[in-house]
Amino acid sequence: MNEILVVSSILFGLGAFGVVLRRNLLFILLGIEVMLNAAAFAFVGIACKLGQVDGQVMFLLIASVAAAEIGIGLALLMAYDRIFKTIDLG
Amino acid sequence: MQLAIIPALPIIVSALLALFGDRFSKKLASWLGVLGIGLSFVAALGVVLFLFTGSKDFQAYREILWTWIPFYSSELDTATIQMAFYLDALSAVMLMVVTFISSLIAIFSVAFMEDDAEVSWFFACMNLFVGMMLILVLADNFLVLFLGWEGVGLTSYLLIGFWRNDILNGRAATKAFITTRIGDVCLLFGIFLVFSSFGTLNIQEVLDLADANWPVGSLIATLTALCFLGGAVGKSAQLPLQTWLADAMRGPTPVSALIHAATMVTAGVYLIARVGTIFALSPIASAAVMWVGAATLVMAGIAALLQNDLKRILAYSTMSQLGYMFLALGAGAYSAAIFHLATHACFKALLFLGAGVIGYLFHHEYSLTKISNLRYQFPLIFWVFLIGLGSLTALPLITAGFYSKELILSEVFLSKQGGLLPWAIGAFGALLTGAYSGRLFWLLFAPSGLSAVASAKAEEGRSIGRCMGLPLSILAILSLTTGFLPIASFANRTVLAPVLTSENHIWKLEIIATVLGILGILIGTRVKIWKTMPQFDALYEGIFTKPYSTISLFMRADPIRAVYRLFVLLAGFFQYLLARLQTGHLSHYVTALVIAVILILGYRMFS
Repeated sequence: MNEILVVSSILFGLGAFGVVLRRNLLFILLGIEVMLNAAAFAFVGIACKLGQVDGQVMFLLIASVAAAEIGIGLALLMAYDRIFKTIDLG
Repeated sequence: MQLAIIPALPIIVSALLALFGDRFSKKLASWLGVLGIGLSFVAALGVVLFLFTGSKDFQAYREILWTWIPFYSSELDTATIQMAFYLDALSAVMLMVVTFISSLIAIFSVAFMEDDAEVSWFFACMNLFVGMMLILVLADNFLVLFLGWEGVGLTSYLLIGFWRNDILNGRAATKAFITTRIGDVCLLFGIFLVFSSFGTLNIQEVLDLADANWPVGSLIATLTALCFLGGAVGKSAQLPLQTWLADAMRGPTPVSALIHAATMVTAGVYLIARVGTIFALSPIASAAVMWVGAATLVMAGIAALLQNDLKRILAYSTMSQLGYMFLALGAGAYSAAIFHLATHACFKALLFLGAGVIGYLFHHEYSLTKISNLRYQFPLIFWVFLIGLGSLTALPLITAGFYSKELILSEVFLSKQGGLLPWAIGAFGALLTGAYSGRLFWLLFAPSGLSAVASAKAEEGRSIGRCMGLPLSILAILSLTTGFLPIASFANRTVLAPVLTSENHIWKLEIIATVLGILGILIGTRVKIWKTMPQFDALYEGIFTKPYSTISLFMRADPIRAVYRLFVLLAGFFQYLLARLQTGHLSHYVTALVIAVILILGYRMFS
């Protein structure tokens, strides 16, 4: 179980660092996706380990939320680009 | 009702004129104003004649109108302050002087103010003044007296600043108001002391109680007397509160005659004579009264010699004559002071109305550098000033001023508190009086060329009418004859003082004083127009005004607010610290978020 949580934590950390350190909005969005997926990974891994389906269900939820979120995020990003002619944060 | 009607008449007329004055024609308004004061004089005359000729040993008449302030006092049964009037010989003299002089001046004002736009307001103020003065004179207790006292202060303020288009008039009015207010506060403290000692404000009761309970020379008697002296000094323009009177001359001249020469300024003398018993209990306060008077009469006499403005000379002369009255009061010669008050009211009103005629004819020009050579142009003015100044200088035997001033000097010489030195100061004052009177007379009537060429021209079509001639004639006659009236012995009915009979007049001293006065006239005719005038105001400017403005400038920065500002600074500092956290960078916020989550989770995990 620990391996799964360690991998998940590493993934989450990578995502968080991406969000914090990147200036490019696209990569920040990607960082957020990575963080979501780290959480989803933990759910799936632990569901497998325990032999229960609850975690799988949570993954489906997270995947759909992530898809919706990236849709909105990319739309905002387009708008941002139109206004500021760049997608880098100031 | 008889007594109440005397002050009530002018006050009613004043209210009428103030409320409906603009609906009356000028003529109606002014004659209504005269009527109010005149009827008051008739009523006063009737009451005084009725009461004092009724029985030989008549002492006093008290009239209680209503209870003003009821309260409980453990010391006395009659524990209320009543709206009450009191008439005895002392107030009767004042009553007659005030109403009579006021009536004459009101008649004079009809002519003097004929062109003014606000005649009705002028007469409203004047009537209010007379009413308040009568309340002051007739007051049965200190609170009623204080009401009148403040009332005359207010009307004096209104009338000095009557021509309010000139800001200097307003300043003079404010100055008079504030300066006399210093004295008024003293008077108020005196009243508080009396009330805390005896629990009553009724003047006669207080005097009886003070006589019975306060030992001679006790601290409380001295303190009370000094407080009353402070009030009198402010109202009567004595040192050190004398500066307002000369500036008060900016008001219309009848006002100067009425308020600042004949009546209001004598209120201080009246007050001290009224509470004479308390002063008699305190040798220190009596001496203070005497020396204040002596200092003022010399200072004002010198100041009068140095002025070039007709009205200011008369103003300083008024101060000087009031100084004589204070000298007499301090020496215990109350009746002599009251006698001089009455004669002074006549001749000083005469002089001021004479000045009023000059102002009326010469576009309110009073500077002696511009007016001269009036001898044959206006014989009336000549006679007015001859008689007035003669009475002021106390020319022997024929003038009223002679009798009152000599009485004062003799009594001062003979009295316990007085003696040779106060007498000598008084005699020196006579020299000064002669000098400034002679100088004034010479400058006004010198045939030619002593002063600069007369540049003021008499106004076209103006002559001295009956309205001016009548009061002037009556006052001129009175200035010569009041001295023969037995005012001193009459006032002596109530005032405790030795009255001198003609046997113990000291003829040598009288002759010396008279010779000094005449010598003064001769000196005065040699004195020219002065280029620079020493300003007494500058001294007060340095002592009071400057430090006051320095302090107020310092206080304007509000040093105490610095303490509160500390909290503001602290709040600002914390605000600055917190504001630093809001960097505007998304990464900083996210970092803070992540670190916070880690810290919280870590804490939950390991605790």
